[in-house]
Amino acid sequence: MSGNVGIVIVSHSIDVAKGAADMVRQMVGEDVNVAFCGGNSEGGLGTDVTLILKAINSIWSPKGVAIMVDLGGAETNSEMAVEMLPPERRGSIVICNAPIVEGAVMAAAEAAGGGSLEHVRAAAEELSAG
Amino acid sequence: MSAPPQKNFRPADMDRKAPNSAKPQTPSGPHSAEDKAGGSVKLVHAVGMHARPAVKLTKLAKRFRSKIAIRVVGAEDWIDAKSVAKVMAMRAPCDSTIEFVATGADARPAVEALQALIASDFSDSEG
Repeated sequence: MSGNVGIVIVSHSIDVAKGAADMVRQMVGEDVNVAFCGGNSEGGLGTDVTLILKAINSIWSPKGVAIMVDLGGAETNSEMAVEMLPPERRGSIVICNAPIVEGAVMAAAEAAGGGSLEHVRAAAEELSAG
Repeated sequence: MSAPPQKNFRPADMDRKAPNSAKPQTPSGPHSAEDKAGGSVKLVHAVGMHARPAVKLTKLAKRFRSKIAIRVVGAEDWIDAKSVAKVMAMRAPCDSTIEFVATGADARPAVEALQALIASDFSDSEG
């Protein structure tokens, strides 16, 4: 299970993040680690660097981690979280340019098959490429 | 690959022609073994090739090293059976016939496994 690329889902809404993670869990199964976070520290809509960092570290894999984000702040806060990682981990993490739910499922399907971080990112981003 | 470019090959050619001769696909994997296998199976899933079956199919396809192409019978293009986005986009309806062509050392077992998965209506028996 942990030998595969991990997936982190970062949404402004904890419900969206959890729902996307549920879909991955049901559709792709247990062969891939998924973490999710959403909402700000006051419990409202937003994203929080500390929570993102925690999610990343909770499923860290030597093969890397792919982050799926929804709107602007989720991406910038994810970038900040990546910068706060130890240097040796920063090279093994990508933020995918993909719709959050579909991207998470595609990425997880690729990760579950043992795909590399680059392949996982490509699978997620295949949707946006048209 | 020395195969001449082939434009519109038909299902009858499946056992002889590589599925991607008309359209280049990802250049992954060596071509050392040129085993080819083809097959077709009727899709019995009630809602057709929707998201969950597509994920199961691509997960299974990825276990094999062979290149595997898939399409609904009659469709123009073959698609990569290991790409979940492409398989979902196939929109194969219930009762349509799905055909496969695999190229590589484990082509035959790959086609047999995929046929079995679809014939079993995507049962959870696979590992």
